[in-house]
Amino acid sequence: MTSGLLGRLPAGALGYALCALWIALLAASPLTGDNYLVRIAVMISMFSAMALSWNFIGGFTGYPSFSTAAFFGLGCYVGAIAQRNGLPLFAAWALATLFVAAFAALLGLIILRLKGHYFAIGSIAIVEVTRLLVSSWGSVTGGGDGLNVPLMQGSPGAVAAQVLYAMLGVLLVAFAATLAVQRGRLGFGLRCIHQNEDAADMVGVDTTRFKIAAYTLSALFCGTVGAIYASWVGYIDPTDSFSILLTIKVPVMALLGGPGTAIGPVLGAGVFVLLEEFFWANFLQWNRAILGGIIVFLIFFLPGGLLKIDYRRFYRRAAERRAAGKAAA
Amino acid sequence: MDIPQIIANGIVLGALYACIAVGFSLVWGVLNVINMLHGSFIILGGYLAYFAWAHLGLYPILVLPVVALIVFALGYLLQYLFINKVVTAPVLTTLTLTFGLDMILYNLMTVYFTATPRRVTLDVGSLELAGVFMPVDRLIGMGLALLLTGLLYLVMRASTIGRAIVAVRMDRQAAALMGIRVNRIYAITFGIGALMAGAAGTVFAMVFPVTTNLTGSFLGKAFVVCVIGGLGSVPGALVGGLALGLIESFAGFLFGPQHAITVGFLLMLLLLLVRPTGLIGVKGYE
Repeated sequence: MTSGLLGRLPAGALGYALCALWIALLAASPLTGDNYLVRIAVMISMFSAMALSWNFIGGFTGYPSFSTAAFFGLGCYVGAIAQRNGLPLFAAWALATLFVAAFAALLGLIILRLKGHYFAIGSIAIVEVTRLLVSSWGSVTGGGDGLNVPLMQGSPGAVAAQVLYAMLGVLLVAFAATLAVQRGRLGFGLRCIHQNEDAADMVGVDTTRFKIAAYTLSALFCGTVGAIYASWVGYIDPTDSFSILLTIKVPVMALLGGPGTAIGPVLGAGVFVLLEEFFWANFLQWNRAILGGIIVFLIFFLPGGLLKIDYRRFYRRAAERRAAGKAAA
Repeated sequence: MDIPQIIANGIVLGALYACIAVGFSLVWGVLNVINMLHGSFIILGGYLAYFAWAHLGLYPILVLPVVALIVFALGYLLQYLFINKVVTAPVLTTLTLTFGLDMILYNLMTVYFTATPRRVTLDVGSLELAGVFMPVDRLIGMGLALLLTGLLYLVMRASTIGRAIVAVRMDRQAAALMGIRVNRIYAITFGIGALMAGAAGTVFAMVFPVTTNLTGSFLGKAFVVCVIGGLGSVPGALVGGLALGLIESFAGFLFGPQHAITVGFLLMLLLLLVRPTGLIGVKGYE
């Protein structure tokens, strides 16, 4: 009965339906009136958007990019500085997005000439350099003391809901962009580059332009959520904004869900944030080690991510066991 | 501050950097793995040396071989149990795995050793020669760092294991056909990388305070030195280390100490683009 119904739906429809339900659940969290739940929903939306972003360069193109924290951190700072200079909220967020996109496009022109290990090291170095520059440029960025960001207007609950809907908005745009890329020329080209860059170049894929596009897309949404995050928390500093942990966490989320897919990063980010929240609450001292353990587990037992697990096999096995039980009775 | 003093500081710092980076460079060159654990191995070595000194009264020079062996065993085990399983996977996988392992080691160290900065104080005074002022413990540190780096060079050149490692680095398949057990060489290489990190940490604890918060910064130095000097060779790491030491020393003097590290990283990015093989090109590890 169930399998018959599933068979009649178009491929992947169940996944998208579950995804829509999940996003609706996140959007409904302010109705509970529980600010803690809203906070988690904000974190999930924020990391989903970033994991979707990373997916363009890391999932589709297969470039091991670890510069997410640089984009996020720059988004934080550009948004904060713009707001401190009197720009309205949404204009500051838009400016941060544009700035980070331009930054990534220019940087991509240079750094995407590297491959493999050198690209990985280079992209981590970008995080370090941006962090060091921001923390030493004290007159503008406040240096190591950090920066206060003008608080958003309204009650704590209203502010949290506003932030949540902003983050969800970015998540939806990133998701739509992923679908568009996946089905369009760009996604095809990126997958070609993933499989064999030289061959892609030979058959006429403009690899440089495609890679820069993917790199820019991987930065864009990180810049936006960075600026929103800065407005939300009201205070940013270099170590927090350009954290090396963030730069690894985001790829891990995408890998956890399933890189190169649209639903994978959203699934991975949701699972990861919930797990992290659980471990923070219950094993404060061992939080970092447990997350490390999750990464090790992921690498060995879930190489294709959660989406690649054959769930039908579990279902079949359960059915067989039930049938065997009945036969024995 | 005058030029000879800046150069002297740079050379002392550079020798320490070379010692930090040489193990990282070896692992990258031979296993093709970016070892994110390297910074934690260094701090582990530093902490072990400190505790041997503080609680047992043993001098770092005496415990150095023991510390190095402990960290070697840890490195060998981690490679044998975990990293070896994915050693041929793309960099995304291996880098993420070593980072996950690093998170565990880091957490263990902060819980059991706490993040308090610790330093072995030897109180051996300082020297002044032709207007150049230098604390003696730094000179000892520099000497030890150079000695360790030189020892590794000898091991690579003259021992059977060293030649086998060089052979695996040059051509994995051919080495396997010659009867070298590649997986064992990988584990030994990773162990040696860890050993050099542990030894470097011991030396560092004599000169500067060590704390778990420094793991990332040590790792960053290893990146920069490797890229500047070129991958997978002892002379490369030495040249890269000395170059970085001098660059940081001069940049600190010219632009202020807060910009010294930035200049190092910017130079590394530049070199990555212009000459990714480093100042000394990639050849066999010898």
